[in-house]
Amino acid sequence: MVQFQNVTKKFGGVIAIKDVNLHLNLGDTFGLIGPNGAGKTTIFNIITGNYKPTSGKVYFKHEDITDYKPNKIVELGIARTFQNIRLFSSMSVIENVMIGFHNHINYSFFEAIFRLPRFFRDERNFFNEAREILAILGLSEFESYKATSLSYGNQRKVEIARALATSPEVLLLDEPAAGMNPAESDELANILEKIKKEFDLTILLIEHDMKFVQKVCNKVLVLDYGKTIFEGSPSNMLKDENVIKAYLGDFI
Amino acid sequence: MIQQILNALSLGSMYALIAIGYTMVYGVLRLINFAHGDIMMVGAFLAFTTYSVTSSFSLAVLVAIIGASITGMLTYKIAYKPLLDKNAPKISLLITAIGVSFFLENLFNMLYGGVPQAFNYPSIFDKEIHILGAVTNFASIFIAIFTIIVLISVLIFLNKTKYGKAIKAIAFDFYTVKLMGINVDFLILLVFLIGSALASLGGIFYAISYPSIDPLMGVLVGLKAFAAAVLGGIGSVAGAAIGGFILGFSEIFIVAYFPEFAGYKDAIAFFFLIFILLFKPTGIMGIDFERSRF
Amino acid sequence: MKYFRNLIISIILVLATLFLANKYLDSYLVMILSNIGIFIILAVSYNLINGVTGQFSLEPNGFVAIGAYVTALLLLSNDEKTMQFMLSDPSPLILWMHSSFIPALLISGIVASLIALTLAFPVFRVRGDYLAIVTLGFGFIIRIFAINQDSYTNGSMGLSNIPNEANLISIGVFALISVIVVLNIVYSKYGRAMKAIRDDEDATNAMGINTFKIKTIAFMTSAFFEGIGGGLMASLLTTISPEQFSFMLTFQLLIIIVLGGLGSTTGAIIATFLVLGGMEALRFLDEPNFFTNTAHPGLRMVVFSLLLILIMIFARKGLFGDREIWDKKWFNFKM
Repeated sequence: MVQFQNVTKKFGGVIAIKDVNLHLNLGDTFGLIGPNGAGKTTIFNIITGNYKPTSGKVYFKHEDITDYKPNKIVELGIARTFQNIRLFSSMSVIENVMIGFHNHINYSFFEAIFRLPRFFRDERNFFNEAREILAILGLSEFESYKATSLSYGNQRKVEIARALATSPEVLLLDEPAAGMNPAESDELANILEKIKKEFDLTILLIEHDMKFVQKVCNKVLVLDYGKTIFEGSPSNMLKDENVIKAYLGDFI
Repeated sequence: MIQQILNALSLGSMYALIAIGYTMVYGVLRLINFAHGDIMMVGAFLAFTTYSVTSSFSLAVLVAIIGASITGMLTYKIAYKPLLDKNAPKISLLITAIGVSFFLENLFNMLYGGVPQAFNYPSIFDKEIHILGAVTNFASIFIAIFTIIVLISVLIFLNKTKYGKAIKAIAFDFYTVKLMGINVDFLILLVFLIGSALASLGGIFYAISYPSIDPLMGVLVGLKAFAAAVLGGIGSVAGAAIGGFILGFSEIFIVAYFPEFAGYKDAIAFFFLIFILLFKPTGIMGIDFERSRF
Repeated sequence: MKYFRNLIISIILVLATLFLANKYLDSYLVMILSNIGIFIILAVSYNLINGVTGQFSLEPNGFVAIGAYVTALLLLSNDEKTMQFMLSDPSPLILWMHSSFIPALLISGIVASLIALTLAFPVFRVRGDYLAIVTLGFGFIIRIFAINQDSYTNGSMGLSNIPNEANLISIGVFALISVIVVLNIVYSKYGRAMKAIRDDEDATNAMGINTFKIKTIAFMTSAFFEGIGGGLMASLLTTISPEQFSFMLTFQLLIIIVLGGLGSTTGAIIATFLVLGGMEALRFLDEPNFFTNTAHPGLRMVVFSLLLILIMIFARKGLFGDREIWDKKWFNFKM
């Protein structure tokens, strides 16, 4: 689905990632692992079009998306959440989700101004669809709450709901389990499985929580200082020498 | 022709001096300090009053610089800093800046009776000088040379001194500099001080060249100086100077060679602004502060 | 359904009030209310780009000027034009343009919004806060243009004897229309997108929304109604000149929307009454008064600019924040 071909990204003199190759296949739940600063979020930002690679190419279903703008990439079917939760603070939970539907809602500017029938129809239909997504994520009771007044874990879920509203084929989750206790991350793991099936998703996620990664990912890529040091299954990752060195240091 | 060049250098100097203040404040705070143009006006008026009272021009200049610097620093301390500390949205800062600008204009309007004042200055500035076959006055030469000295000083300050380098660092990464224990507040005050001092000089030079001052004089000049700063590359002091001179030259020469457009000379800055935003938004010196937003 | 029911009721109430006011109030009050009506149109549309979309702009005086001149030139008869244009003869375009009242207003709005479109291109494509400076400069340029292009605008002499077709009723109707349109926009996907841009533009882009398009729509809509407001102003005052459209007009609108709450349409309406009323009431500050024995013309505006600064520092949400008078409180702010 998504392919990185020898992607390098430099910021001035600093090399964020070097010669990274990544293959995300349909139906994967792919984990991007690595110590802080390893380049994981940079990879996300390159996929989403916020950064342009210094060299290398990015493909989505064989289409070269290297130079595409962020909103075009979302239209193609890749959606993301943010590491530091960026919900719209002046809007309610359901309004945040409705933002995700924006491009799918059909009525024109003039139909909105003159309140023509298509306006009412689309608003009703999409509000109901938003409610369905919220229900799947267990957020129904918070529908009218100010989005940023929810608990941290629930805000993360709202971000996921909002991303789902864009009808993505690929979902990029930036540290979805961060700040969650074991019960919450278990619940999240179940939710991810549910939405994967329900929405036919391929998931790429950044994570530090190894238990969570073991539970949900079928493939991982480990980065250290911008370079790939391991690619394979989560169980093998924990046994890999290079991975252990990267995390624990060179004292084995 | 020489005449025009000297006039242009003189005008460009004034724009450059004022543009530096805009660009430095934008660099450290990402704020367009709308009140900055009015600081130039404050400087001119303080010089005017002091000279009328004491007949000492050097004292007038000193009072103007000190007064303008204090005004600038107070603006930061009282109007901007509270909002910055509260992490207020950017638009609040901009609105407050407009408020300060309008306040200064109306304050001086009220204090000086709403009519333009004739600016007096020592007659030495009117002394005719003959250069390369052209006739100009001492003021133009003085302004141009003085400004270049000032510009070089500012650039040396920013690039070679401890405080200057720290200020440049703030422009790139505000939070890291703070984390390193450097007193960012002090440095920002320094930025406002330098910018305001330069603007007041610009105001005095402007008043010598066009000896009628009024409370709204800073508005148009400020706007044009900001356009010059963007043209040269917002955030770059050298860029502000370059932009200022380009604008000065353009205004003088376009009016000289196309007198039918004389009424539109004030629009030149605006067109430069639109042009640079369309084709190279980072300006001539092109600094792109790609702060990590993601 | 409920929306249309509420809409019809409100329209009837407002129209009834307008008719009664126009018939029974003395002409001084009617004039004040007419002025307030025009400012309501300007304030709720200015609020759309500044408050709802969060893009700081200083555009109103420019677009109001454009609307005023376009309407005036469309309404004046050729005889009037030939008589009034002193500095140079009116250009053929000026002599050719003519229309009746309502079309003139609509044309004014459209011209203003098309000009807004051309400004949007250099400004909204780039990051940064250039909208304010560009619109500030734009206001200046319009005035320079009005003063210099005598064959189009009669320069600083301005235009007079403009047919007085605007009255409290027509102004009130346009005010009603502008409020309804703005509210309809806010309560739609476009309004949500605008608010999202205000809250976090990068995240909005990350959700697939073309933020350039939305910002441009907001800006063009604001310009449209500001143009109409200008046209109504021209027809109400019957004379216009370049000096009337200075930054002061934008500043008044800025205070209004800040006081009402950036983003709140009902706040803007209420604040219009408060600010215009306040400006009248505080006129005494410019004369010798209770506080000072000598006249200090200009003190009134010093007070108002201080007021703006104080509101921004201590009460920047204004009266209603970004909500309307009928928004229920969010269920449970805290968890």
